[in-house]
Amino acid sequence: MSKKVFPFKGTKEQEEQLNVLIKEHVGDSGALMPVLQGAQNIYGYLPLEVQRVVARGLNMPLSEVYGVVTFYAQFSLTPKGKHKIAVCLGTACYVKGAGDIFNRIKKNLGLDGNEDLTEDGLFSVDGCRCIGACGLAPLITVDEDVYGKITADDVDGILEKYKKAE
Amino acid sequence: MSMVNLKINNMDVQVPAGTTILEAASSLNLKIPTLCYLKDINAIGACRICVVEIKGVKNLAASCVYPVAEGMEISINSERVLKSRKTNLELVLSTHNRRCLSCVRSGECELQELCKDYGIENETVFAGHNFEEIYDESAKHMVRDNSRCIVCRRCVAVCSKNQAVSVIGANERGFKTHIGCAFGAGLGEVECIGCGQCINVCPVGAIYEKDETDKVWAALHNPTKHVVVQTAPSIRTALGEEFGMPIGTNVQGKMAAALRRIGFKHIFDTDVAADFTIMEEASEFIERFTAGGTLPLITSCSPGWVEYCERFYPEFIPNLSSCKSPQQMLGALIKTYYAKQKGIDPKDIYMVTVMPCTAKKYEVARTEGNAVEGIFDCDVSITTREFARMIKRAGIDFVNLPEESFDNPFGESSGAGDIFGRSGGVMEAALRTASEWISGKPLEKLEFEEIRGIKGIKEATYKVGDHEVKVAVVAGLANASQVLEDIKAGKRDYHFIEIMGCLGGCVNGGGQPIQTARTRAMVDVPGLRASVLNNQDKVKKLRLSHESPIVKQVYADYLGEPGKGKAHDILHTHYTKKERF
Ligand code: SF4
Ligand code: SF4
Ligand code: SF4
Ligand code: FES
Repeated sequence: MSKKVFPFKGTKEQEEQLNVLIKEHVGDSGALMPVLQGAQNIYGYLPLEVQRVVARGLNMPLSEVYGVVTFYAQFSLTPKGKHKIAVCLGTACYVKGAGDIFNRIKKNLGLDGNEDLTEDGLFSVDGCRCIGACGLAPLITVDEDVYGKITADDVDGILEKYKKAE
Repeated sequence: MSMVNLKINNMDVQVPAGTTILEAASSLNLKIPTLCYLKDINAIGACRICVVEIKGVKNLAASCVYPVAEGMEISINSERVLKSRKTNLELVLSTHNRRCLSCVRSGECELQELCKDYGIENETVFAGHNFEEIYDESAKHMVRDNSRCIVCRRCVAVCSKNQAVSVIGANERGFKTHIGCAFGAGLGEVECIGCGQCINVCPVGAIYEKDETDKVWAALHNPTKHVVVQTAPSIRTALGEEFGMPIGTNVQGKMAAALRRIGFKHIFDTDVAADFTIMEEASEFIERFTAGGTLPLITSCSPGWVEYCERFYPEFIPNLSSCKSPQQMLGALIKTYYAKQKGIDPKDIYMVTVMPCTAKKYEVARTEGNAVEGIFDCDVSITTREFARMIKRAGIDFVNLPEESFDNPFGESSGAGDIFGRSGGVMEAALRTASEWISGKPLEKLEFEEIRGIKGIKEATYKVGDHEVKVAVVAGLANASQVLEDIKAGKRDYHFIEIMGCLGGCVNGGGQPIQTARTRAMVDVPGLRASVLNNQDKVKKLRLSHESPIVKQVYADYLGEPGKGKAHDILHTHYTKKERF
């Protein structure tokens, strides 16, 4: 699984926050989940550098930490873009062409295969489960904005708005 | 202990409360098939091959984790049970590689055997999309091939529970679940210490040692090479298993005969090198003990343990004995003393080692401390399993071979050298020699019973001359970790510790013949193998390393005094802290 490697850009402040978080939980039997959630809030994602600090801090094997991170969909191994695009892949959206929309977004952003973040860090794209707005199917969200009943052809126009705003 | 009465297949049985259905059935000599279960190590109820039907209970129960209860009525092979097991097997096969012909475990694979037993007539009924294959050959000693992995997690459990290394785990979820290292790294990039215990517990051919027998054949076929071989103490205790002989058969004589027929120039015994190790290690202990050196002294014969120390406990590197392992000592003596005696350029000698251990593949490749500048003490190390394959490929009828002997000069060991292959052996051998040296008197009793047996942590205090010597014998790295943590916390205190990477010592090494989960549950495999060495020691006249004629001769003619000068130059090494992943 060769994904693009994003250089780690953690700051001193982030590291301090993480260490405080670990100190609060070290010794608790259920420490790992809250620490990982907190770490993801601090860094936005959970790269090797962060998971290593968590593993050593909680005195547990890195392989176990990584196993938990990859088990739960809420955790991410790659950084998120400035704008986060989510394509609903629930059944209703899917039968109405969410797959095509997903592909068009990736094409527009120049993402291949497993890639989910643009080179400039502006956009990241993920599939998500049904968000309960099936009346609007197929739909995507960009940050807090919801776009319903769209077709693949609407994709370029929607993305253009965010690109222009930069 | 409260007892529970139940019926299995209409037979009455009484077992202690808390017993699982699987174990209860076993007491009636009924075999329930298992795949993920491994006694004392893995009981997770994941594969559901072991299901049974309990009267009044709706779902079939996983017998490996289901405890018995009073009055239970169980069928272990009802129609529903048999059908369910067959379907489970078909599902396992649906994502499996299925190429048995090119699989190392064919013929000794727990999955293959079950397919035969359950009459799988079409292994592709549910064949579908296979998981993305991960083939990891980054480690020096082994290969992981996920296309043959059934995700039973026995390897994960042994790596974490027995070895406290924990470099492999289950990643992702659902259909994508697979075994691997963190961040998809290779085993060669993480802190895997090479012990091979995961290989020994894998039910299938998903993990196996890197086969290096081709290198040995190439050397044997090269007329310019003088190819010699050495076999570790524990090989003779287990090799017979590969040829259908009972566990615990001593095959020393047949093994020597096989090596000669394969074509090695000279056949040496690592047990003799163990006698040299004792000369050096006993002197090192006495030196540190009397002159106030770093204590406890910790043995360094087990390369899995040495790697573990360098990675996880570098603060104990000063405690590690600087003595090379017997394998390396013999290699060093062959490339110096023996080369000189025979008038052969050491570059033309090819030293093959047959070891019970995959970590020995790392040890031969260590660049520090080799006796002759620019060449390795030993050239290649193969496991007991690889050796058995060579014997088969050479067309040797092993079982019917005559008993032959090792060659001189390194052919006759003391009993102390022999017991190196089991947990407690190095300590016992060292204590025999150190006691006689310190007290100047012969020992009345050569057996140190307190440090024998299969327990993972054994301790004792012995009177050596006028001194009390506190010793510990530790096997398995989780036990080692516990002892070292206790020492750091001031809860334990010793003068001398033997640490072996594998539970039971080398007899149970990661390169030894593989026994099924069931055999491991029913018989004490390491114990039976260890008894071979104890018996060998018991009947020998020569039972003390320092009384060995060859040891005396080589020190007199070549090495000088133990721990000094030439002996120190070629028989000792050093260690370095290694980074963690
Ligand atoms: S692991 Fe077993 S069933 Fe699978 S290919 Fe190898 S021998 Fe055949
Ligand atoms: S060889 Fe030993 S340390 Fe390496 S993965 Fe296997 S069990 Fe773990
Ligand atoms: S590698 Fe072997 S022991 Fe490990 S999970 Fe796969 S099948 Fe089981
Ligand atoms: S569930 Fe019992 S052996 Fe796997």
